[in-house]
Amino acid sequence: MMVPLHSSVGVRARSCLHKNKNKQQQNTSSTKMTKLHNSMIPVLLLRNNIHVFTYIHRKENTRQKGAENAFKVRLSIRTALGDKAYAWDTNEEYLFKAMVAFSMRKVPNREATEISHVLLCNVTQRVSFWFVVTDPSKNHTLPAVEVQLAIRMNRNRINNAFSLNDQTLEFLKIPSTLAPPTDPSVPIWIIIFGVIFCIVIVAITLLILSGIRQRRRKNKEPSEVDDAEDKCENMITIENGIPCDPLDMKGGHINDAFMTEDERLTPL
Amino acid sequence: MAHAPEPDLASGDPGDERPRWDNKAQYLLSCIGFAVGLGNIWRFPYLCQTYGGGAFLIPYVIALIFEGIPLFHVELAIGQRLRKGSIGVWTAVSPYLSGLGLGCVMLSSLVSLYYNTILAWVLWYFLNSFQHPLPWSSCPPDLNRTGFVEECQGSSAVSYFWYRQTLNITADINDSGSIQWRLLICLAACWAVVYMCVIRGVETTGKAIYFTASFPYLVLTIFLIRGLTLPGATKGLSYLFTPNMQILQNPRVWLDAATQIFFSLSLAFGGHIAFASYNSPRNILSLINEFDFPEQSISRDDYPAVLVHLTATQPRRVARLPLKACHLEDFLDKTASGPGLAFIVFTEAVLHMPGAPGWAVLFFGMLFTLGLSSMFGNMEAIITPLLDNGVLPRWVPKEALTGLVCLACFLCATCFTLQSGNYWLEIFDNFAAPLNLLIFAFLEVVGVVYVYGMKRFCDDIAWMTGRRPGPYWRLTWRVVSPLLLLTIFVAYVTLLARKPLSYRAWNPQYELFPSRQEKLYPGWVRAACVLLSLLPVLWVPMAALAQLLTRWKRTWRDRDVRPDTNTR
Repeated sequence: MMVPLHSSVGVRARSCLHKNKNKQQQNTSSTKMTKLHNSMIPVLLLRNNIHVFTYIHRKENTRQKGAENAFKVRLSIRTALGDKAYAWDTNEEYLFKAMVAFSMRKVPNREATEISHVLLCNVTQRVSFWFVVTDPSKNHTLPAVEVQLAIRMNRNRINNAFSLNDQTLEFLKIPSTLAPPTDPSVPIWIIIFGVIFCIVIVAITLLILSGIRQRRRKNKEPSEVDDAEDKCENMITIENGIPCDPLDMKGGHINDAFMTEDERLTPL
Repeated sequence: MAHAPEPDLASGDPGDERPRWDNKAQYLLSCIGFAVGLGNIWRFPYLCQTYGGGAFLIPYVIALIFEGIPLFHVELAIGQRLRKGSIGVWTAVSPYLSGLGLGCVMLSSLVSLYYNTILAWVLWYFLNSFQHPLPWSSCPPDLNRTGFVEECQGSSAVSYFWYRQTLNITADINDSGSIQWRLLICLAACWAVVYMCVIRGVETTGKAIYFTASFPYLVLTIFLIRGLTLPGATKGLSYLFTPNMQILQNPRVWLDAATQIFFSLSLAFGGHIAFASYNSPRNILSLINEFDFPEQSISRDDYPAVLVHLTATQPRRVARLPLKACHLEDFLDKTASGPGLAFIVFTEAVLHMPGAPGWAVLFFGMLFTLGLSSMFGNMEAIITPLLDNGVLPRWVPKEALTGLVCLACFLCATCFTLQSGNYWLEIFDNFAAPLNLLIFAFLEVVGVVYVYGMKRFCDDIAWMTGRRPGPYWRLTWRVVSPLLLLTIFVAYVTLLARKPLSYRAWNPQYELFPSRQEKLYPGWVRAACVLLSLLPVLWVPMAALAQLLTRWKRTWRDRDVRPDTNTR
């Protein structure tokens, strides 16, 4: 019966284990695997072959324990490094196994993990692969929780070993710890708010004070003006009993009696 | 009569000189500043876009010619002639119309309550723009820091910042929640700024208006140049301005054009644009990851062919992938208006520009000054009548009166800083302003033309400007504008009555989240809506009735007195 492909996740893992087990006994399936992905078959054909391969394996496989303890890893080297991208070869795989073993050694009770305990398989051109950590003494794979914990704690070191980051070196099913939000002790907006508010309050106080001062000055002025007028009236010069005021040329009135003949008629 | 045609020298006791503008520029800028507000920035382009681009300008210009300009002219002219605030003007036109002035004052106070709250939001965003990276650029991590906060993940960082970190909105209008102290202090600062500018009336606003009326235009020019240099600018512009004449057959277009002339912030939120969530590079990445192709093996040109091939060979796996088609029209059609435009769409857009904090500061600074200049007009509409009518005794200085008004408005507006405040603000914008404005505009035109008298009014204008108004003005004032206003009012009311009153709530528990959930207003809220729409208008009949009663009382009293004198 054809297995629907979306359940081939477990199938692939199982096939990975199976392949590695067989690797210790015989190299046939692994050579088939390497032959496949070393060949120059176009990508689409390659895909179909793997599909056929897993289908065959599913028929041959017995239930393998620990299939759910495998993790898929995906690298995007060209996206991260561009021109300086390195090729993914067996040496890089060795480094990866070393990093995983190193991470596992930091977990208590797992200090005896060796590089050979880490198994990689299904390496594609994407570069993506599955890996699983085994415990040969007890002949089973280490539980996913432990592996997850170990990888999470050492994620930074693993990233740096490959010059990648959390987005370009993805461990599916292992969420990365996000950086804590960098909150300054006093949020910036409060500082700026304080500045603006202080300026506004100062401006308001100044305006109110100047308004009060203006009003006080206005209240003093009318009384001063009245005093001045009184003084003026007393100061009117009186000559011959006639006050001089009306004699001043106020308003520019022209006395017709003193106009000459020439000025009355408009000149030519 | 050797009067110089200068209204400043008109009669009035010399001891109580009416404050005046320092020069014509101040007056002009104030009018522009008051007329141009937030609604022009975020509602007009949205209407243009929704109603077929360039074609929308036709009903808009028609409405402007026959409704907007005549009304504007009437208001300015009558105010200048009678040199009084709104209550005084209408009492002078006819004592039965004094309610119109009172209604205008009430309406202005309702509007300034929520208008300043919007400015408080703008101020909050302005204050938060002074940091890099901007706080709305990324979601905050959740408690165990394995992923982002769920609400943020489901919608977007920008929406999360607006709905949760700014408003902290509740899912229902019944659930009021607590007062948000951040918004409260921003509101206090806004009212303090308004007070500072309005403190001595025209003196201080006249100085402030130089900046607040011109700064927005400077910023808009900068944004125009920036926008034109972005890729795809010509495509977007041509899409906006290609007229779609079919749409003119929809009566809704004409109604919206006419009401836009008036005043509308239209806080009804527009659609939520999913910016760049799905586009070609992401589709390619999904394909590559699913089928384990080598990196960068599919380019944009190959993508359609590869997609077709894969759909043919392995349809089930392809169907599972979240591939979305990307059409330019989809993005351009999902426009937004109101706060949706400013606080969601624009903040998202600004994230993608280099020097994002600078652009954000400019934009929100511009919105703030735009709104501030409109607030001056609103506050003057409240304070001037109060001063003219001597509500407080003479010895109370003007600064104290302005301060009291600002304080009272601030205390009332604190209800908008509750968690459900945004829903209430929408209610105020949708119900308090439009209907009342239409009625008041109609009464104003009719009052001036038919009660004050067209001939008298034309004489006044000739006295003030030296020229009698031409036939265009006379025709529009007499016939066209009142008729137009009546039709618009009837159309608006029928439209309102047709659909049940509902609002769109932000509910993270909603199954179609991040779409907003459509909910009906509960009964008591609907009653509040009716009250808001009727309260300012009720002053008109009430004042007319009161005037009528006093007249009757006086005639009865005179009748009682007269027989005695006759017999003597």
